[in-house]
Amino acid sequence: MTASDETASEVDRAGEPLALSATRSNSTDPRSHPMTRSRWRKQLRPALLSVPLLSIVTGLIFPIALAVPARLFFPGQSRGSLIVRDGEVVGSRLIGQSSKRPGDFHPRPSAAGGGYDALASGGTNLGPANPKLRDGASDDPATPTVDESFAGVRQLASEFRLENGLPTTFPVPIDAVTRSGSGLDPHISVANATLQIARVARERKLSQERVRRLVQEYTFGPQLGFLGSARVSVLELNLALDDLALAVSSPSPASP
Amino acid sequence: MRWFEYSAFLVTVVLLARPISFYLMRVFCGQKTFLDPVCRPVEAQLYRWLGVDPKREMTAAEYFLCFLAFGMLSTAFLFLILMFQRWLPGGPDASYLTTPMTADLAANIAVSFATTTTWQAYAGESTLKYFTQVFGLAVQNFLAGAAGLAVGLAFIRGFVREGSATLGNFWVDLVRSLLWVLIPLSWIGGLFLVWQGVPLNLSAYIQAHTREGSVQTIAQGPVAVLELIKNLGTNGGGFYNANGAHPYENPTPLTNFVEMLAIAVIPAAFPVLFGRMVGRPRAGWLLLALMVVLFVAGLVICDRAESAEPRRLADLAVVGGNMEGKETRFGVGGSVLAGVVTSNGATGSYNSMHGSYHPIGVLVLLVNMLLGELVFGGLGTGLYSLLMIALVAVFLGGLMVGRSPEYVGKTIGPTEAKLVAFYALITPLVVLPLAGWAVASTEGRAGLVTNDGVRGFTEIVFAYASCMANNGQNMAGLNANSAFYNITTILAMMAGRFVLAALALELAGRFARQGRKAETIGTLPSDTITFGILVLGTVLLIGALSFLPVLALGPIAEYLKTAPGV
Repeated sequence: MTASDETASEVDRAGEPLALSATRSNSTDPRSHPMTRSRWRKQLRPALLSVPLLSIVTGLIFPIALAVPARLFFPGQSRGSLIVRDGEVVGSRLIGQSSKRPGDFHPRPSAAGGGYDALASGGTNLGPANPKLRDGASDDPATPTVDESFAGVRQLASEFRLENGLPTTFPVPIDAVTRSGSGLDPHISVANATLQIARVARERKLSQERVRRLVQEYTFGPQLGFLGSARVSVLELNLALDDLALAVSSPSPASP
Repeated sequence: MRWFEYSAFLVTVVLLARPISFYLMRVFCGQKTFLDPVCRPVEAQLYRWLGVDPKREMTAAEYFLCFLAFGMLSTAFLFLILMFQRWLPGGPDASYLTTPMTADLAANIAVSFATTTTWQAYAGESTLKYFTQVFGLAVQNFLAGAAGLAVGLAFIRGFVREGSATLGNFWVDLVRSLLWVLIPLSWIGGLFLVWQGVPLNLSAYIQAHTREGSVQTIAQGPVAVLELIKNLGTNGGGFYNANGAHPYENPTPLTNFVEMLAIAVIPAAFPVLFGRMVGRPRAGWLLLALMVVLFVAGLVICDRAESAEPRRLADLAVVGGNMEGKETRFGVGGSVLAGVVTSNGATGSYNSMHGSYHPIGVLVLLVNMLLGELVFGGLGTGLYSLLMIALVAVFLGGLMVGRSPEYVGKTIGPTEAKLVAFYALITPLVVLPLAGWAVASTEGRAGLVTNDGVRGFTEIVFAYASCMANNGQNMAGLNANSAFYNITTILAMMAGRFVLAALALELAGRFARQGRKAETIGTLPSDTITFGILVLGTVLLIGALSFLPVLALGPIAEYLKTAPGV
């Protein structure tokens, strides 16, 4: 280390505004700092040790420091917001689930694996001009192991109208016929849910008003009044319908 | 409602810029902060173990080489974890990890996370163990983010100092970024996210018995450890394949808002910090104003494109904006906001599938990345992305008024001008040949498994633009897990991280050695609206000259192809 080196480092004491202390007074021509070997060797130890050492700080201490309060204060959320019925996990409040029965509210179509596969999140990635998105694709008989069939928006829209007894040109909410980004979208739009009420009420032999009230109960408005969209949680709504059916078929013993 | 969400976001970012810049200034000038009682002892102990003398400063070359060595060793460390992960303990069960960890994929992941790109050629839930996600990836989110912040600070010091040979100490800046900024914010933000529903566990994948009598296996994991820092560090690599669209990563519109704030707040505070440190606060606010103008322009265009009913579905009586690849809870508004913020913020944590965006929506995202992430941009690195272009404007302005070009009292001589010009040329020099190579080769075209034609071409350009910008978002219709893409994207990621930083630091070193010229009437003022317009014009000029042809062949051609009556 040269003499000028020493003075330059003396001035920049830790705890001083580093940026402001390097003034003209210790001005040195950079060429008077010879890039000596010892100067570089000094950086070898921090270079080699920094990655493992800081990995322990950010990869071990930090996760533990976060996990302890998280598990303590938010045990349900940290375990994945699971819904347990009769001691068995039936799903997660946050993860969509396929339900095709006519008496259930139907979620959006899904591109995750074979549909709502929570091991294979993802969307279709089809561009808006891709004919497959609109018209779908049929299974290629040349590849018997793979199923290439894909329902396009046209098919999904006519199926939606047919299921819900709507006229053939009835406007369909777009979320009912498009696949979400994750393929695990737990929600549908309010418009989508509303169009399904009549079918669900008929199949479950409930009044439409009853089902409508339940839909409202599981409708979430935009968060804080302005964030995101209003939406209906499909799995929770269907479970609530199941509970209703149970309550009707087996009246509670307390009732006279 | 969408516009309310957009406005709330921008207002929050701008309002936070001032207090955050104050705090950063205190931290990096070594002044007292409220975290000192906790952080000081840890800091001192870390320096002892590392053998760092915090008083010793580094020249630009030393600073860069430490940054480079740190990045390379991080890459090597992560590469080893990835290659050995199958022998590491912990969940999830190996039978779920169906993507083979090839050497080229491991190298790609390692470089990608060590350069804050976090481009993902794999699906997290079927490729990585929890150990790798935390001790490999979350760690790099912290370290690479902090290293970027450090370089940004060194760059500022170049403008602040006069007659100084040094730019600060890389290790000190790195450790302070972690202890005072990234770790505390990630801790508070992480707890907030868990409250909203982001899981944090090491459980086996859950077997749920669905109402229809089938079994739904739900991937779990310590998601919350990674979730906030991936945004705060402007990394963006998702825990799961669907990234920010996955309900476990981004369960509510509020988490989306907070995660987007995490991307933008520190990069937005950086120009203000710059202005304060060089003693020209107005110049700093002007840079932030430029960012806001460019941000709003992109946001408005993208919103118009995505909220319109998709043209190809018009005759099917389908109503609503383009919801293909978007989540119901975010709607078009939350999705577009995230798309624009992540494409500007060098962060790949998209919450909707950009591969299904309207061509003009894609155009906005692509342009944001090709211009070099100059709106907010990467943590620390975003400031020099914008300032380098501003210096081109200064140079052009200097030529016009016939004086030697100066910016905040620093002279742009011939060598400085060459560095700046070279910086502006690197992105097209890297992105265009690589994209051309991919399009021309069978291996490259083999990646187009979902879309073809102009859309496929756009996907390829998007991939290299994203890697060069160290952004990491993708149009996932491109299957990029092949030796060809894994290796060529590494080139773009390395150039985007290290070549650009080398030029920026060299320039900063030169400025630090200069004195400061007093302002005269001949000086082009750097804090007026006129100057702002000059910079905007320069941004558009450089962008258009470099990328108009490629954009015309990609998203613009696709738009025209699908236009009515064509």
